[in-house]
Amino acid sequence: MDEENNTQEKRPYITTNSPEETAKGEAPEHQKAKPGRKTLSMPKRYIINTLLTVVVLTLGEAMIDGGFITRYGATVLEQVGVNIIMAASLNIATGYLGQLPLGHAGFMSIGGYSCAILFMNLMPAFGLNARAVATGSPMAILLLVICLLFGGVMAAIAGIIIGIPALRLKGDYLAIITLGFAEIIRVVMLNIDSVVGFELTGGAKGLTGIPSYTNFLDTFVVVAIVLFLIHTMMKSRHGRAILAIRDNEIAAEASGVNTTYYKTLAFVVSAFFAGIAGGLYAGCVGVMMPAKFGFMKSIEILVMVVLGGMGSMLGSVLSATVLTILPEALRAFADYRMIVYSVVLILVMIFRPQGLLGTYDFSMSRVIERIMNKDFPWKKKSAKEVEADA
Amino acid sequence: MAINTSRRGFIKMAGAATLAAGGASVLAGCGNGNSSSDSSTIKIGVLGPYSGDVAQYGLAVRNGIDLYFEQNPQIAGKNVELDEEDEKGDATEAVNAYNKMVEGGAVAVLGDVTSTPSIAVAQQSVNDNIPLISASATAADFVSYGKNAFRACITDPYQGKLMADFAASEGYKTVGTIYNSGGDYEKGVNDAFVEEAQSKGINVTTQQGYAAGDVDFKSQLTTIIGTNPDVIFSPNYYQDDGKIVTQARQLGYKGVFMGADGWSNIVGGSEEYASAADLEGCFYDCSFVAENPDEKVQQFIKDYQAKYNEAPSNFCALGYDAAMVMAKAIETVENDGKAKYGTDDYKQAIIDAIASGSVDGVTGTIKYDGTGDPVKPTLVITFKDGKQSVYKTVEADA
Repeated sequence: MDEENNTQEKRPYITTNSPEETAKGEAPEHQKAKPGRKTLSMPKRYIINTLLTVVVLTLGEAMIDGGFITRYGATVLEQVGVNIIMAASLNIATGYLGQLPLGHAGFMSIGGYSCAILFMNLMPAFGLNARAVATGSPMAILLLVICLLFGGVMAAIAGIIIGIPALRLKGDYLAIITLGFAEIIRVVMLNIDSVVGFELTGGAKGLTGIPSYTNFLDTFVVVAIVLFLIHTMMKSRHGRAILAIRDNEIAAEASGVNTTYYKTLAFVVSAFFAGIAGGLYAGCVGVMMPAKFGFMKSIEILVMVVLGGMGSMLGSVLSATVLTILPEALRAFADYRMIVYSVVLILVMIFRPQGLLGTYDFSMSRVIERIMNKDFPWKKKSAKEVEADA
Repeated sequence: MAINTSRRGFIKMAGAATLAAGGASVLAGCGNGNSSSDSSTIKIGVLGPYSGDVAQYGLAVRNGIDLYFEQNPQIAGKNVELDEEDEKGDATEAVNAYNKMVEGGAVAVLGDVTSTPSIAVAQQSVNDNIPLISASATAADFVSYGKNAFRACITDPYQGKLMADFAASEGYKTVGTIYNSGGDYEKGVNDAFVEEAQSKGINVTTQQGYAAGDVDFKSQLTTIIGTNPDVIFSPNYYQDDGKIVTQARQLGYKGVFMGADGWSNIVGGSEEYASAADLEGCFYDCSFVAENPDEKVQQFIKDYQAKYNEAPSNFCALGYDAAMVMAKAIETVENDGKAKYGTDDYKQAIIDAIASGSVDGVTGTIKYDGTGDPVKPTLVITFKDGKQSVYKTVEADA
């Protein structure tokens, strides 16, 4: 499923492009630098990536319909999808913005609860019953889109509320304040019922009876859209400003980047997508429980980002996939599976402290261009080519 | 250059390895799906938390289930195969494990153990119409999603109501409550208790909540004791209850404590949670206690101790009974012989057999009266000189 991550350009470094060149939004400079090199135009790149995404999704759906992937497999894949969105969205704040928020599960919980509560309350208005929701009628899809967006917006609002004061802090202090905020969210979810006096979140027993409004296809269409949006945002002017803040905040500010605005923006976008992931999670599992979204959940997601490599979207996707599937794949080893999981983490941190992929990002188009130019990694390059390629 | 290439190589290898691992696990999941057609064995899924925060309950229930199937390895001449899956007390994992065991060909599921994962599983199981018996999921919702879910234990609200009725029958007039406001069990029992107590004319002077993990309850207890109640109702788990009782005695409270079945294990375990003197005359309700002189109970305790070398808890007994209810129902269906093993009719037949059957378990006679909630007697336990004894047996008001 990594093809969804067909990022189209290079690693998210600030490159030495001249402003005029980047402003055009065209092919990266090293391709222009060599007139003889064959390149793909932007529309072609988009078409290739869209086609590949569609092919992967269709293939996945066909495999599920055909029974090749069982329902167990499909449920695990849905959770993979949710975790991919979680990791990729946290990667905005951690990898691209360079902050260390520890409250990502809080946003997931807000999004999940808002999405599920709205969905359950709007179902009668849309004339839907649980059956229609499970089979995915057009109205159910429409309602799902509305509710996911609502969940995302609610999480984003929470992100603004926390982001504005919190992002004036750095490092450890930011970590602590976001951690505290996520705890507040958890306690609110736990006690809001008895405070406001009517049934909303279900309190400690959790929100139950959520119809299963997601399936493999829904989840991965959302995954593809979210990854596309994050990717394009990071390639835009706003993305470059965010990367500039990561690399050197003082220099960025001196160059006229409104750091407060861009830090909050990145944080809020990160919260928004976490909210959407929460909405998908609620539909996948069917119950929401405040205890699930504690400190450990935030850490779990942070581990995915760090393991994959901070600042690499492919890294987030891969490690979210592996770390979700790993405990399930190791089910046969029963009691030892958590040890294996921990050992994997320790080994990676010892031998790849920058994460599996560092800041490397995969680009399908780049691979195709290399093949077009017969420019294979095992071929010895001239010094000039290497310089252009690096 | 050299470094660059090797890093690329590493990345590719890592990518390939992860893809292979992911692919293999998905394939492994599929492979299991087809091994279910062997009809000389009966496959039963057992689901519970065997690691994580609530592992002690999961393991206790599993011990009970294992003991039952060790004593009765066959149902109607067919071997029983147990598919035991760990879910770490997490709803997400519970759903995954449930799907896995159903695809692995289980015709019935014993689980889950704690409430929220159980509800998640119950919601999933409705579509499969698979017979599901939980030994210990006390949340009211658990049986509300379909006719296929049953439980062996009594519910939180039932216990609260029962203890309120008991308090009224003992002639208590005022009561204060202290409960973990972050726990669904504690809150469920407390709410039902307060409602029933008020309808019985008992004055509930104050309700004090505390947060999970608290160890100092003195401020809440001071408030409660200030209202001078006849009884303090503390429907929490025994670790907390022990501290609450001890601290209230230190604050000079002389009255009675009442609790729910979370109090089991407060004495008689390896650790002392409250002293004998502090517990004197307190009450709690429960469906299983080692001091029950009933012959079946004593035999179960003997067998359990022989196998595990420790005393069985309430959860072990409920696990044993859940297994017994399921096994008897499957036996009825097998002896009947109409439905073919593994078909939807077979599962429906088991569900019907559970609903109409009556089983003499170690926690009393269990039958189902049209709902998934058992109709069974409940024991009210009291403490005397640090020993528990059955104060009275409350028959179910069916």
